[in-house]
Amino acid sequence: MIRDFSSADLLILLRATQWTVALSAVAFLGGLVMALVIALMRTAGGRLPRMVSAAYVELFQGTPLLMQLFMLFFGANILGLPVSAWSAAAIGLTLYTSAFLGEIWRGCIEAVPRGQWDAARALGLRYPHQIVLIVIPQALRLATPPTVGFLVQVIKSTSLASILGFVELTRAAQLVNNITFRPLLVFSIVSVIYFMLCWPLSYLSRRLEARLAAGGVRSPQLEALDQDPLRIADSR
Amino acid sequence: MNYVFQFGTLLREWPLLLDGLLLTLRLSLIAMVCGLALGAAGAIGSVYGPRWVKAGLFGYVEAIRNTPFLVQLFMVFLGLPALGLRLSPNTAAAVALTVNVGAYAAEIIRAGIEAVPRGQIEAGLALGLRQAQIIRLVVLRQALIAVYPALCSQFILLMLGSSVVSAIAAEELTAVANSIQSRTFRTFEVYSVVTAIYLALSLGLRQVFRIVYVRWVRAG
Repeated sequence: MIRDFSSADLLILLRATQWTVALSAVAFLGGLVMALVIALMRTAGGRLPRMVSAAYVELFQGTPLLMQLFMLFFGANILGLPVSAWSAAAIGLTLYTSAFLGEIWRGCIEAVPRGQWDAARALGLRYPHQIVLIVIPQALRLATPPTVGFLVQVIKSTSLASILGFVELTRAAQLVNNITFRPLLVFSIVSVIYFMLCWPLSYLSRRLEARLAAGGVRSPQLEALDQDPLRIADSR
Repeated sequence: MNYVFQFGTLLREWPLLLDGLLLTLRLSLIAMVCGLALGAAGAIGSVYGPRWVKAGLFGYVEAIRNTPFLVQLFMVFLGLPALGLRLSPNTAAAVALTVNVGAYAAEIIRAGIEAVPRGQIEAGLALGLRQAQIIRLVVLRQALIAVYPALCSQFILLMLGSSVVSAIAAEELTAVANSIQSRTFRTFEVYSVVTAIYLALSLGLRQVFRIVYVRWVRAG
């Protein structure tokens, strides 16, 4: 049964956009919290936290996000933990986001000059105070542009939840296309919706980046990491 | 929990997994080579081209970078037939991956071109090189060396991202995993083995890119 594309279909797509936004928000916020843990472990003094967090980053940067989602969704259900498509997608995207952001933030923390740590220690501050009062405020300025930029990545990645059957924007587009059979029209509209969500953030990220560059506070290593998230140039 | 792991079932499926792996590698390689060419051409056009070329390329790069690859894939596989261009799943996958990585490569290489010092171009002019020669021998060469790590990172992400083309049933590694699991119901085993294969691929690819970087690229 094929019917024509109508305003009702547009409404379906716009409703589904809310789920794309909700999933992006949950994954991004969850990712922010976990990324902080990863970044702190990556820059910690002890060997064990460094190794564990490095392995975590390797695992999530070295495998397809789609596989991570499948493992969570099908894996958990088979192991007897009933997981909905929504929670599998939210958890999977959170873990994925935290690996990439954690690595970006590690670069930001390492870009804070060593002298700042020494000065904090000289003032008699302990590690928690050094990191919270001295290092993080400085790292935060460096971290903002790439973090906003990664949010674009998160929004685009939520489209993979459609493969688990979760009805966000891309899945809704497939469903509407199945009834109306207007693929070009439906996927064009959906592209425009994604673009309107993502482009302002891309623009903002670039503006913030330019402002930091104008202030001369961007370090070359950090810029390299920004471009080269898998650290090809870092051949240690 | 009363699930019994059986990796043995998977052993019998190795020819299928190998086929899937080879198609994943082939798709990635095609998209890397064609995407690099597209990216280099796009970068040159967006720096040296006339205004309408620059505007067109800006639109292309921004459109691709700000929409999900899965939607781009559906546009190519489901949308193009509406315009009379019907592609097989494998071809559609190769086209979508190329168009996608081409936009990222164009943006990366453009940044590399803009970072080449003015003096290099003036030196080329002083040597009597024509503009095309300067672009090819001086600017593009130095730009590609500078952005090599960024391009390689992008290529590995592309290889991992190619798992998405299983959504249109291109028979690469992820699609093979899907079909094995629907036949054998050894879901966890199949996906964990295939995830491990991807991990080995990306670590291996990164090692190759790093060796090339240290031996040849960084050395000039």
